[in-house]
Amino acid sequence: MAVNSTLRPAMRLAESTLREMYWFMLLSRRLDERAWAIHRQGRIAFHISAIGQEATQVAAAFAINRGVDYVAPYYRDLALMLALGMPPEDFMLSLFGKHDISSGGRQMPFHWSYKNLNVISGSAVVTTQVPQAAGLAFAIQYRQRCGMVDPADATQPRLALTCLGEGSTSQGEWHEGMNWAGVHKLPMICLVQNNMYAISEKTDQQMAVANVADRASAYGVPGVVVDGNDVLAVYDAMAAAVERAYNGDGATLLEAKMYRITPHSSDDDDRTYRSREEVEQWKARDAIPRFKQYLIGEGILSQADADAYDARARAEVDRAQQVADSAPMPAPEEALGDLYAPSDAD
Amino acid sequence: MPEITLIEALRQAMDEELARDPRVFIVGEDVGQRGGVFRATQGLYEKYGETRLIDSPLAELSIMAVGIGAAMADLRPICEIQFADFIYPAFNQIVNEGSRMYYRSNGAWCVPMVIRVPYGGGIGGGLYHSQSIEAYFSHVPGLKIVVPSTPHDAKGLLKSAVRDPNPVMVLEPKKGYRAITGEIPDGEYTVPIGPARIAREGRDISVFAYGMMAYYAAQAAETVAQEGIDAEVVDLRTLLPLDKDAIVNSVKKTGKALIVHEDTLTMGYGAEVAAVIANDGFEYLDGPVRRLTGPDVPGVPFSHGMQDFFMPNPDTIAAAIRDLMGY
Ligand SMILES: Cc1ncc(C[n+]2csc(CCOP(=O)(O)OP(=O)(O)O)c2C)c(N)n1
Ligand SMILES: [Mg+2]
Repeated sequence: MAVNSTLRPAMRLAESTLREMYWFMLLSRRLDERAWAIHRQGRIAFHISAIGQEATQVAAAFAINRGVDYVAPYYRDLALMLALGMPPEDFMLSLFGKHDISSGGRQMPFHWSYKNLNVISGSAVVTTQVPQAAGLAFAIQYRQRCGMVDPADATQPRLALTCLGEGSTSQGEWHEGMNWAGVHKLPMICLVQNNMYAISEKTDQQMAVANVADRASAYGVPGVVVDGNDVLAVYDAMAAAVERAYNGDGATLLEAKMYRITPHSSDDDDRTYRSREEVEQWKARDAIPRFKQYLIGEGILSQADADAYDARARAEVDRAQQVADSAPMPAPEEALGDLYAPSDAD
Repeated sequence: MPEITLIEALRQAMDEELARDPRVFIVGEDVGQRGGVFRATQGLYEKYGETRLIDSPLAELSIMAVGIGAAMADLRPICEIQFADFIYPAFNQIVNEGSRMYYRSNGAWCVPMVIRVPYGGGIGGGLYHSQSIEAYFSHVPGLKIVVPSTPHDAKGLLKSAVRDPNPVMVLEPKKGYRAITGEIPDGEYTVPIGPARIAREGRDISVFAYGMMAYYAAQAAETVAQEGIDAEVVDLRTLLPLDKDAIVNSVKKTGKALIVHEDTLTMGYGAEVAAVIANDGFEYLDGPVRRLTGPDVPGVPFSHGMQDFFMPNPDTIAAAIRDLMGY
């Protein structure tokens, strides 16, 4: 079937791709819920949740060249990581402090690092990844300018995507990273996941403007606000940003509005700063049933398909947990490894 | 062998590395057309162009972070911090990010970057153009730190730093940029990161120093030689990781240790050298381990007399040698 290029980007997605996007949203949600459950059982020490942010993250992953374009994520990016190709069991291994790919059990969970997927390692210090993403994007531009790569070569990274929360945009690192991206017209996308809270602090305690995206003009880049619970709308906005980056037109600041459904982390008690009514109101706008209804309504997904996805997600989460359960703990002496890269690592 | 200045040696190292590897680029404030405020990159912009000599925004943390990101993308950045005193805005990126990357990613991500930092006093720079910063950064596992005190080492260590797969900080004693001259070999060579250098062999007392103080210590050693004191000067040259064997071997020979740095005393780099000697060289000592350093005040003062009072120099080093020899 010929693709109609006048359609908005999301409308050009194949039905199988739309179902796949739904699958990753669902898988992320089920893994996340399992993490909360095993935390309540006292089996893991810590969880920080992506619930409420899956639509944005999956849309972002599907809009870039997955596994090839650079990604500098933040801790809440579980659905993004799954959609990029993180094995679910690797997340479970990290929850248990076992030998995960990201850090071999050295880092807390949610500090993603997948060299094979061009996902760079992050720290717990918010926003440090943003100016680093400018560095990744700079390297892309440098290679193209020096003739080391063909700008059209889709086997090479052609943009750097970085994510963070709205509270984290108050950091100076954010300004410096955005400024670099603007000055050098870098192929970078800064995706702000505005979930209305930074632990307990509300957006108006972080900034004097209504939207993070309002600051974009200070960096000479477009600032776009999108409904983060509308997976197709996020996809459209991301696709435009990707096209800009690939065409050498520079960076984009994209702000997806959403709501952090859970407490900040397993160590937080959100009843100390927000009402249950507010949380319930936002739960009613959950992106996952919304997308499911859309797909069913369009005849892209049947109720039977949806039930099968539910069963498959449950099985996949069970399997991932099983793998992690039976894996050995790292040897204590592994704490001493990887101080310096050996010279032949070059 | 030609005789050149320390800064010319650094410039040659960068020129050769830019020519050798197209992944090498230089980024910092005024490093392009201006050739750097100290002229370390003079002529390189004309030769390699704006793609490889990047005048950064006036923002140190992003110089560092962009370097880290580019290094992870397999380029070879040489990041210049204009003065050591201005490195603190980048502290987070160096300490929490670049230096921890290899460990925290279980050996998956390397950060092959160079951080060039002019440091040190005695140039009329006052509190904020004179600082020594080695104590802060030598407490950071995962980072390497070198401090050349000769043109030979400046060129050879900087070239090694560019080729190292880890973040390497090159502390450049800026008072010595033009004051220190010396011979370098014709053609290609490197100096390995790690081993200290015996700048002068001696039997009576060991003087441990680096940067400008290694240069001064060698002068002081010649002065006391005329009085019959045979001082050994050990130029540490790599502060991280530290060459403990060189320190202990020297003390084993002389039995006396004087550590000299211009940074302030308390928790300064000399404390670690003293601890190494106390732990591994105790039985060889026949005197206390002494430190000659800048005083514990918040900075090198601007006014000449106060500045000179702050800085150790060949005379005060010679006096400290005599004093310890008299113990
Ligand atoms: C530099 C720094 N300061 C404080 C913290 C502690 N902290 C972790 S997450 C967080 C809130 C972040 O909020 P936001 O950026 O909106 O992201 P969200 O968690 O809401 O997704 C804080 C204060 C930190 N990790 N890093
Ligand atoms: Mg938030």
